[in-house]
Amino acid sequence: MSAVFEQIFQVGFLAAIIRIATPLAFATLGEMFSERAGVLNLGIEGIILLSAMAGFTATSLSGSLWLGVLVAVATGALMGAVHALFTVALGLSQHVCGIGVTLFCSGLAYFLYRLIFGQQSVPPSIKGFQPEPIPLLSDIPILGPAVFNQFTLVYLAIIAVPLAAFVLYRTPWGLSVRMVGENPRAADSAGVSVIGTRFQAVILGGALMGLAGAFLTMAQFNAFTFGVVSGRGWVAIALVVFGRWDPWRSAGAALLFAFVDALQLRMQASGLGHIPYEAFLMLPFIFTIVAMAFMSRNAVAPSALLKPFRKEER
Amino acid sequence: MFRLEARTSTPAWFNLALPLLAIGAALVLCSGLIAVAGAGVIEAYGVMLSASLGDSYAITETLVRAAPMILTGLAVAVAFRAKFWNIGAEGQLLAGAVASCFVGAIPMPGTLAMLLMALAGAAAGAAVALVPATLRVKFKVDDVVSSLLLNSVIYYALMALIEGPWKDSFSGYPISPPIEDSANFPVLVEGTRLHLGVVAALIAAPLVWFLIARTTLGFRIRVTGENPEAARYGGINVQRVLISTALLSGALAGLAGVGEVGGVHFQVMSDISPGYGYSGIVVAMLARLNPLGVVPAALFLAAVMTGAEAMSRATGVPAFLSDVIQGTALLAMLVALLFTAYRIRRVAT
Repeated sequence: MSAVFEQIFQVGFLAAIIRIATPLAFATLGEMFSERAGVLNLGIEGIILLSAMAGFTATSLSGSLWLGVLVAVATGALMGAVHALFTVALGLSQHVCGIGVTLFCSGLAYFLYRLIFGQQSVPPSIKGFQPEPIPLLSDIPILGPAVFNQFTLVYLAIIAVPLAAFVLYRTPWGLSVRMVGENPRAADSAGVSVIGTRFQAVILGGALMGLAGAFLTMAQFNAFTFGVVSGRGWVAIALVVFGRWDPWRSAGAALLFAFVDALQLRMQASGLGHIPYEAFLMLPFIFTIVAMAFMSRNAVAPSALLKPFRKEER
Repeated sequence: MFRLEARTSTPAWFNLALPLLAIGAALVLCSGLIAVAGAGVIEAYGVMLSASLGDSYAITETLVRAAPMILTGLAVAVAFRAKFWNIGAEGQLLAGAVASCFVGAIPMPGTLAMLLMALAGAAAGAAVALVPATLRVKFKVDDVVSSLLLNSVIYYALMALIEGPWKDSFSGYPISPPIEDSANFPVLVEGTRLHLGVVAALIAAPLVWFLIARTTLGFRIRVTGENPEAARYGGINVQRVLISTALLSGALAGLAGVGEVGGVHFQVMSDISPGYGYSGIVVAMLARLNPLGVVPAALFLAAVMTGAEAMSRATGVPAFLSDVIQGTALLAMLVALLFTAYRIRRVAT
C-alpha cells in the first residue's frame, strides 16, 4: 500500500495538480466575477474554446506566444461583451443567451480552425510555453519543483487568486460589483451604474476565460483539438457554486477538483483502478449538485443573479 | 433618442414573423463567413437547400435528423412554458438512449421490444429530469445550473458503461452491443433511413400541443409559468405542476434518445447526440415555445445540418457553418423576442 502511495504522491503528481488547476482557476474566477455582478455566463464553455482557438492560431501564424495570449484574452473579453450586450443591455434571459453564446462560439471556433488549418491527419502544433523555474523558490524540496518550476501562466493564476479577492473585497469597483449583484436598485440609488458595472464584470470574466483557453492550447496541449475544452467550462460553473462565489474558496475548489482529476489519471496509468475513471470525473458535478441542496438554505448566491435590470421599471 | 416601451399585447403575425426574421438575420450574418471562406453566398446556400430539401431522399434525411430535435424541442418548450428551466435535455436524451438500448438488446418479439424501448427511454429521461425539479421544489436549488450539470454526470455514466461493462467485446470499440435486429424500428420508405420514430416524433408535436392548449394539466403548466402567485392563489399546487412538467419534459427528451437508438444507430456510442439537447433549446425558442411551431423550427435546423455537409463538399466551406447558424439564430431570436415585449418609441430629448 505504501508503495502505491509513494507512486501516486510524488513531485510529478503535485505538479500535475497545479497544471490541471490553472485553466480551471482562470475560468472559475472569470465566471465568479460575472456572477457576482448578477450575470450567469453559460457562454463560458464556448468562450474558452474560441479563445483557445484564437490564441493558438495567432501564435501559430506569428510565432509569438504572448501575442497568442493577448489574442485569446481579447477574444474572451469580446465574447464577454457580446454576452453582456444581450443579457445586460438588452436584459434577455441569461441562461438561454449563454447557451446561444456557447453554440455560436463553438461553431465559430470549429469553422475558423477548419478554414485556416484544413483537415489534417495530425493536428498542427506549436512550441508552447516552457517551464520557467523561479530562482531559490524552486529549490524548496517537493514544493519547489512542483509549484515553482511551472509555466508563467501558472504563476499568473497563483497571483490572480489573491488579486481577485483584493479587487472584489477591497476596492470601490469590487464593492460596486457586489452591490449590482446583490441589490441593483440600491446600487443605482447610490449612484453606481448598474449596466456599466455589469458590463465591466462580464468583460473581465470573459478575459479570464480567455486566459483559460490560452493555457489549454499554448501550455498544456500545444495544439487545438475539438475536444480541447471538453466540459471544463461546465466544471467552472460547478466550482463557482461549490466555492460559494468567493475567489479563495473557488480556487480551493479548483485545486480539489484538479487533485481528483490527477488521481484519476494516475490510477488509470498505473492500472490500479477497479473504479472506472469516469466516476472521478463525475464527482465535481455530483458534489456541486448535493452542495447546492445544502447551501440553498443559507442563500449565498448573489441575490440578483439571473435578474435583468431596467432602470425605468419597478 | 429612442427608448423601449412596454407592449401590452402582441399581434398574432409576430409568431411567424419573428422566427423568420431571426432565421433571415442568422443567414445574412453567416453569409459573411461563407464569403470569408471564398465561396459564393448564393451558391453555398443553394447547395445547402437542394441537398436538404431538393429531392425525396434529401427530404427523408432531413426528416430523420429533425426527429430528435422535434422531441428535444418539445421537451424544452413544455418545460420553459412552466418556467422550469430544463437545460438538461442532452442528458435526458442520453439516459433515454441507454435505457432503450438496454431493453432493445433483450430478445423478444419486435413490436413488444419497440414498445418497451420507448417506455424505458421515456422513463429514464423523466427520472433524470426529476432530479433538478425535485431539488428546486424541495430545496430551492436553481434548476438552470443543476439540470446543466447533470448533463455531464449522465455523459460520464454513459462513457463508463460503454468503456466498461458494456464495451462491445466483438469490435473492441467503446460502443454498446447492438440491439436485436427485430427491435430495429421499421424503415418506412425503401432505400432511405426514414424510420417509424420520425412519424412518432411528428405525431408527438400535435399531441403535446393538445396537452398544453386544451387540457387541465396544460392550463396549470401555463398559469404556473406565467404567474406562479396567481396559480397558487387559484388553488394550483405549483410544486406538483413543476414535477409533472419535469416528468413530461424529461420523457420527451428521453424519447429522442430512443429514436436515435431504435431508428438510426441501433446501439449507443459516445457521440450518439451531436448536441441535440442543446439544439432543442434553439428549436423551442424559435417556435416561441409553441409545440406546433417546434416541427418547422426543427426541420429548419435539420435542413441546415444536412445541407451543410453537401455544401462543404461542393464549395469547401467548412460544414461547421451549421453550428454557427444555429447559435446565431438563437441569439437573433432572443433579440427579436424583444419586439413582443417592447416597442421602440422615439422620445424627444
